[in-house]
Amino acid sequence: MCIGFPGKIISIDKDNFAVIDISGTRREVCLDLVDEEVTIGDYVISHAGYAIHRIDEELAEEKLDLLREILAHEIY
Amino acid sequence: MKYIDEYRDPALAKGLLDKIVKLSEQIKETVIIMEVCGSHTNAIGRFGFRGMMPENIRLISGPGCPVCVTSIHDVDVALHLASQKNVIFATFGDMLRVPGSQGKSLQKTRAAGADVRVVASAIDCVSLAQTHTDKEIIFMGIGFETTSPTIASTILTCKKRGIFNFSVFSVHKVIPPALQALIDDPALNINGFLCPGHVSTIIGTSAYELITEAGRAAVVTGFEPVDILEGIFMILNQIVEDRKTVAIQYSRGVKPEGNPRAREIMMSVFYPGDSEWRGLGSIPRSGLVIKEPYAAFDALKKFEVPEIHSVEMKGCCCGDILRGIKAPNECPLFKRVCTPLNPGGPCMVSSEGTCAAYYAYHQD
Repeated sequence: MCIGFPGKIISIDKDNFAVIDISGTRREVCLDLVDEEVTIGDYVISHAGYAIHRIDEELAEEKLDLLREILAHEIY
Repeated sequence: MKYIDEYRDPALAKGLLDKIVKLSEQIKETVIIMEVCGSHTNAIGRFGFRGMMPENIRLISGPGCPVCVTSIHDVDVALHLASQKNVIFATFGDMLRVPGSQGKSLQKTRAAGADVRVVASAIDCVSLAQTHTDKEIIFMGIGFETTSPTIASTILTCKKRGIFNFSVFSVHKVIPPALQALIDDPALNINGFLCPGHVSTIIGTSAYELITEAGRAAVVTGFEPVDILEGIFMILNQIVEDRKTVAIQYSRGVKPEGNPRAREIMMSVFYPGDSEWRGLGSIPRSGLVIKEPYAAFDALKKFEVPEIHSVEMKGCCCGDILRGIKAPNECPLFKRVCTPLNPGGPCMVSSEGTCAAYYAYHQD
């Protein structure tokens, strides 16, 4: 039930609701619970009609590269 | 889809699986890993990980599905509230078919004439309340720390906008006290926990120190195949190196400090109270009760609830299954009397329930 989806912010209205794009599906989510400043183009994880987390794109990329490297170079 | 497809890369999954096999060869004993998130339960079943694990790695499911751990008494209270005159009873879809006493459910209550509606978010109740000013909207607030801030925020919105024909029946639960109960259970010996990704988005990592302090591994894990395999791999690593620390696999979704803003909103509306878990019994401070300043939004204060004597279905093993003591195929009702179309217990209802996942994905 704690299912959450990553989506890209398309627009933000005056009531702090955003339209996000989740792989072509658009959903309206409330931004009241996000603890960081978000702008159009940011990715957020949304759950039950609310965005709950802003994804740090750089960090996510780095982490994935590191995993690929670990697997490719037989580290461990 | 960005942030999903990369984590379903077969090459990465295969690489991780090889590492898991190699690491498992360094461990003599059987390693028991429990996931405590329904989305993990579903994903592990769907991707077939249980069958792929080396012989000495056992994956078991814990109390991670909110509708499954809701006590039968709370289900009966929901059925009572939904049957009141002039009420629209709203909740998440998972709750609709959960059986209460005598096999009654919200779905059957609706068929008998009650106005029961499925919503995707608590915030949908705001427009319901504004459209139906002559009705009382009761929302059954269910879920763990991921979900309860969204309900708290909706209550704050209603208070701000002066919407008072809305109330919440709060059966929210919090995860850490349940983990403590599982660790303290002498019938269980769990070596590592796959900690729930989106609960951790809110609560962060410090709450899981109770796991590592008890000498067990803890890895906050995401929901895609690569995430889950990496989470298992990280747990095995902690065991091999005998170095138990709360680690984050799901770093794109979780910060060590969690989401303080969401927590603040959650705890401005709720306070921790004792709560009854199916399978685990009553756990102190494991539920969320609506605070006095928001009593106008508390369905239990707004509506009278008579004393209800709830009765579990005879033979149902959901309690033991939620504690990881029994597997679904060890329940006498599984696949015989209890099926997704005719569920006997809650674990067969939700797609996140252990029995439903076994029914859909396991051959045995």
